[in-house]
Amino acid sequence: MAEFKHKDIIALRDLNKEEIELLLSTAESMREINSREIKKVPTLRGRTIINLFYEASTRTRTSFEIAGKRLSADTVNITTASSSATKGETLADTALNLLAMKPDIIVMRHAVSGSHYFLSEKLPSCSIINAGDGAHEHPSQGLLDMLTMKDKFGRLDGLKVAIVGDITHSRVARSNIQGLTKMGSAVFLAGPPTMMPPGVERLGNVTVCDSMKEAIQDADVVMMLRIQQERQGKTLMPNTREYSRYFGLNPENVKLAKPDAMVMHPGPINRGVEMSSCVVDGDQSWILKQVENGVAVRMAMLYHVCGGELE
Amino acid sequence: MNLLIKGGRVIDPSQNIDAIMDVVVEKGLVKEIGAELTVPAGAKVIDATGKYVVPGLIDMHVHLRDPGLEYKEDIVSGTRAAAAGGFTSVCCMPNTKPVIDNKAIVSYIINKAKHEGFCNVFPVGNITYGMHGERMAEMGELKEAGCVAVSDDGKPVSNSELMRRALEYARGIGILVISHAEELDLVGAGVMNEGLTSTELGLKGIPRVAEDIATAREVMLAEYTNSPIHIAHVSTFGSVRIIREAKARGVRVTCETAPHYFTLTDDAVRGYDTNAKMNPPLREAADVAAIKEGLKDGTIDCIATDHAPHHLDEKDVEFNEAMNGIIGLETSLPLSLRLVEDGVLTLNQLVDKMSVNPSNILVLNRGSLKAGSIADITVIDPAVQWTVEKEKLASKSKNSPFLGWNVQGRASATVLAGKIVYSV
Repeated sequence: MAEFKHKDIIALRDLNKEEIELLLSTAESMREINSREIKKVPTLRGRTIINLFYEASTRTRTSFEIAGKRLSADTVNITTASSSATKGETLADTALNLLAMKPDIIVMRHAVSGSHYFLSEKLPSCSIINAGDGAHEHPSQGLLDMLTMKDKFGRLDGLKVAIVGDITHSRVARSNIQGLTKMGSAVFLAGPPTMMPPGVERLGNVTVCDSMKEAIQDADVVMMLRIQQERQGKTLMPNTREYSRYFGLNPENVKLAKPDAMVMHPGPINRGVEMSSCVVDGDQSWILKQVENGVAVRMAMLYHVCGGELE
Repeated sequence: MNLLIKGGRVIDPSQNIDAIMDVVVEKGLVKEIGAELTVPAGAKVIDATGKYVVPGLIDMHVHLRDPGLEYKEDIVSGTRAAAAGGFTSVCCMPNTKPVIDNKAIVSYIINKAKHEGFCNVFPVGNITYGMHGERMAEMGELKEAGCVAVSDDGKPVSNSELMRRALEYARGIGILVISHAEELDLVGAGVMNEGLTSTELGLKGIPRVAEDIATAREVMLAEYTNSPIHIAHVSTFGSVRIIREAKARGVRVTCETAPHYFTLTDDAVRGYDTNAKMNPPLREAADVAAIKEGLKDGTIDCIATDHAPHHLDEKDVEFNEAMNGIIGLETSLPLSLRLVEDGVLTLNQLVDKMSVNPSNILVLNRGSLKAGSIADITVIDPAVQWTVEKEKLASKSKNSPFLGWNVQGRASATVLAGKIVYSV
């Protein structure tokens, strides 16, 4: 069995194939715990986890909190509204103050790309897990997406995965590109050229497509990204109506993908913009399974950065 | 005090000299240069065997942060760093607090530099009042007070009509306009060069074209108004091309680049190193190649550091929050000497870019070792190998991406009007 030697999990770019496989297989075994009547094991008893969220989150924060609790860790949530960030304290000072309380793991979401590396350098004795940093990475999302694909296809190698939307501002896309490429999938990207970052095709086995049609044609997986107007500014597209016409997934164009293709979305969904409601709720949708897998994946991440052993 | 600088390789492009010679300094002026000169009575002797002896280096783009931001740097620490880097003259940029848009601030700087400084300080005043980009500063008074150029460095003059009028007015006054060429709408919230690295790191990119468009505008305005303009810190291959073409047409444009733009690419940002964050940002390999080509063919006239000290607290933060800029006075010479090592420039050309050209462009009456010249002289040890270490830098701030680098060559003595202000 491969060993997991990292103190932190900040980016799938930093992990190799074996380490990703290890996290996914641990997540598979964690799922068994989540199906029990008493969903709790003592694995991380006595460990303290701080969920430090500088950006709003429902799914990810809840998922990390449940993951920690199911492993019997003590979890504490800090969101910007209740932290000193609003009083002008620097991230470095916040980090040092938290460290003085001796947490084992800090799970952080932060708007600035790379801030987890900064935090990790300040806190050599504490594990850092990235719950999303700017437009950089969202490794737990990438892992849970891969786990969900593996559930359906039993493999990741050789899959055609289409990712459609605002790639430039998407940390989900980057983590998926980094992870899927290492696992042998081929990633096809589509979106308006205003939302396609330069050089993205050099990040791995990535093809930038001229149209959505080209990307989803015969795809095994169609992953739609949320249009995040709050991050985009006003110059990237005319409006969501036109965006939806060219880059929205609907019952018609979804047929271009393979008949058994799975449809995914990291949430929260803008229904009627990037996906029509009937696709969101349709037979091919794996969106709620993604959320379910999120807990298992995060349990695996917490478990491995603690370097413990499964009982 | 009299001085004899003995047996060095004297490189003085103003006289086409490159030979082993002695330099005699008397009363602050170069008295004589020649082979095997006799030691004047009572003269101090600098043995320059194996060293280069060149007209004092001039850095025409430095932020001394004084007045107002002395926690980053001040005139004393900044000029000490300059002297240690081999510079006898620096031009200080006006984004101080308050800005340099009036005579009082200019006088303060000149007086403080004269009494407490370690090199000449030539202030650059503002183009616009308050550096607000709305109306012209009193350029005539600024020039009379001692400013050698005007610039709103750190900010572009976005209003093209105002820039046009500033160029015309400055031509009348006889003062050079230095442009910080940047189109702000295209920069947006960018924090590094836009390219593969920004995509991978998920950092918002600044496209090259943000600089190119502004450079093109400045060149066109200078051409239309028949006025001189100097473009600061050129970093893109596009800007180099635009300036090269403009020079060929006879446009009165000069420009500078900084050592980091011919030494580093945006790969240095990997790891989110805030000491690799500056404006304009580090670009890519094609830009570095074009900058070197521009230096070689004369498109780029000067090497200036854009020495931009920042306190540790302003750099020890998340990447987006970090201030732009790096210090450069003490690393410029070894990094620039690499250009000679790599065959990009001859030693003569290097001295042109670091002394002769800035003096000519700004009319500083320096950059020469002719008899009768002010004896600003730099003695360079080209062979010494050293490591850039925080603790040994004279600058108050330590924000350099070159910390830990092993480099070769540095000033072994810096002579200001005949007085040794620095020696190892």
